[in-house]
Amino acid sequence: MEMRSHLGRVRGLGSSNDGVHHWWLQRITGVALVPLTIWFIVSAVSLAGADLEQFRSWVGAHANPVLLCLLIFTMFHHGQLGLQVVIEDYVHSETTKLLLLIVTKFTAILFGGYSIFAVLRLTFGG
Amino acid sequence: MATRKRPLSPHLQIYSPQITSVLSILHRITGVILAFGALLLANWVISATYGADSFALAQDLLGSWFGRLILFGLTLALYFHLGNGIRHLAWDMGRGFSLPQVRTSGLFVIAFTLVMTVMTWIAAYSAAGDF
Repeated sequence: MEMRSHLGRVRGLGSSNDGVHHWWLQRITGVALVPLTIWFIVSAVSLAGADLEQFRSWVGAHANPVLLCLLIFTMFHHGQLGLQVVIEDYVHSETTKLLLLIVTKFTAILFGGYSIFAVLRLTFGG
Repeated sequence: MATRKRPLSPHLQIYSPQITSVLSILHRITGVILAFGALLLANWVISATYGADSFALAQDLLGSWFGRLILFGLTLALYFHLGNGIRHLAWDMGRGFSLPQVRTSGLFVIAFTLVMTVMTWIAAYSAAGDF
């Protein structure tokens, strides 16, 4: 017999203790990536064979630095959320799983942070 | 407690591939591929902060036949994951669950992937003046 109240069960947020937070973030980042990705493909196509000067002026122009930073942030966020699910589904050793999850998250933060910093540098010079 | 060798329930290899299952696993596979593609994008942007030579090297590597092959694969993966992702969002809203609808939307995603990939590469080649 279930001894817990409905409220108590909802507050516990299920077996992950996290409710639908992960699932919801994956959808929201996915929705945000639809326009960002389309914008990026159009831009990347025009940058085929560009040199540094052309690249720099594209990165710094108008809303481009903002969109590029948002793309990088959302892409790495969405990517690490997805890889987390794949790892949790297929890796059954607790140690390997934990290690892979940490590597995934650290890599996403490192490359995401570094490339956003690179965009700011290219925009503001230095 | 020792587990006896019990018969397993029918597993993946017993089922013939169907559009539903194939597109489902492709969504995962392309997602993982694109996560590595994100690292490539990061390196491309970062290389520009190291000066004209390193950015030119990055551009040359991406423009080599091998780089183009990788980028072509990433374009396919990206359009598939984008199209199929929108298909998933429709399901999340409770739409398009009947089998004929699932098949039609699946075929639509495949067509979208192929057409958009070809169009993108035609655009890229004409932008680079390689035609």
